[in-house]
Amino acid sequence: MRKKSWIFFAGFALVALVIAGALSYFADSDPDGLDSATLDGCQVVHTDQGQQLTGSCIARNAKDHGMADSPLAGYAVGGNPRFTGAAGVVGVLATAVLAGGLFWLLRTRKRSRT
Amino acid sequence: MHMSDGLINAPTSVIFGGVAVIGVAVALVGARRDLDDRTAPMAGLVAAFVFATQMINFPILPGVSGHLLGGALAAILAGPWVGALCVSIVLVVQALVFADGGLTALGANITNMAVIGTAAGFLVALALRRFATRGRAGLAAVAFVAALANTVIASLGFVLEFAIGGDAAFSLGGVAGTMIGLHVLIGIGEGLITALTVTAVASARPDLVYLLRGTAKPLELRDSAAATEGSTS
Repeated sequence: MRKKSWIFFAGFALVALVIAGALSYFADSDPDGLDSATLDGCQVVHTDQGQQLTGSCIARNAKDHGMADSPLAGYAVGGNPRFTGAAGVVGVLATAVLAGGLFWLLRTRKRSRT
Repeated sequence: MHMSDGLINAPTSVIFGGVAVIGVAVALVGARRDLDDRTAPMAGLVAAFVFATQMINFPILPGVSGHLLGGALAAILAGPWVGALCVSIVLVVQALVFADGGLTALGANITNMAVIGTAAGFLVALALRRFATRGRAGLAAVAFVAALANTVIASLGFVLEFAIGGDAAFSLGGVAGTMIGLHVLIGIGEGLITALTVTAVASARPDLVYLLRGTAKPLELRDSAAATEGSTS
C-alpha cells in the first residue's frame, strides 16, 4: 500500500476516535425521533428506580434490554456516563476491527487474479 | 432510530429478522467485487466513523434529538453493498455491547437503517451522479439529498413494521406523521454531516469515493492497464 494511504487512513481513524472519545460529551441527551414518536402521550417521571412512564404511549410496551447489564450499556462504563468517551473509543475500535477484518477477508486479491 | 424490544410483536420481529438476514447475505455477495487491498481498510474505517458519528445526537426540536444513520454516507464512500454491511456491523455492536437497539428488534433495525436506508440513499445518489462529478458543490448537494432521503425512507421502515405488528391501540396515521415529520428534520442534519464528510474525503482522496469511481483520473492500475491493452491491440 502506498505511504500516502496510511497517512489518510490514520487521519480518518483519528477523526472517528475524537468524535467518539471527546465530541460525544456534547451529544444531546433528549430522545431521538423514533423514541419521541413512541413516547408521544407519556410523561417521563424520574424516580429512585430510574425513569418511569406515565400515561398512554407505544414506549410502554418496550421491554428492558437483554444486554442492559453489559459493562458498556448505554455508552457508559459500569453505568457511569463520565466515561462515555472511553466507551466510544472502545466502540470505534471494536467496529473497526470487526468491519475491517470482515472486509479484508472478503476482498478480491488483485495479484492472484491476473 | 434504534427501536427497543417489545414495540413490534414477535412474528413481525421474526419476519424482519429474515429480511435482514437476506439483505446482509446479498450485501456480502455484492461487496466482494468492491473490496480490494485499498478499499477494504477504507471500508472498515467508514464503519468505525459511522459508529462514532451515531453517538452524536444533535437537537432538532425542543426535547427531541436525532443522529446520523450513515447508510447514504457509507454507500457514497464504499458502495451500496459494503455500505449496508458497515451499518449492519455498527448496529450489531451497538445492540450487543452498548445495549442500544433491542435484540429481537435487531432484524427490524438492520432492515430499516442498513438495508432500506442505505438502498434509498444510494439510489438517490446514483440517480444524481452526474451532478456529483461536476465539482465540490455538486457532490455536496448530491450527498445532502441522498442522506435526507436515506433518513426519511428508513423511518418509513418503522412505520411499515408498526403497521404490521405494532400495538393497534395507537393510530398508525399519528405514528407515521410524527415519524416522517421528525425525520425530515433529522435528515437535514444527516445531510449536512454526510455532505461535509464526503467532500472532505473527496478533496483528499477522490479515488476512495465510490460514487466518483471511473470519473477521476485513472488512478486504478486495473483501469490504466486495461486502457493500455485496448489502445495497443
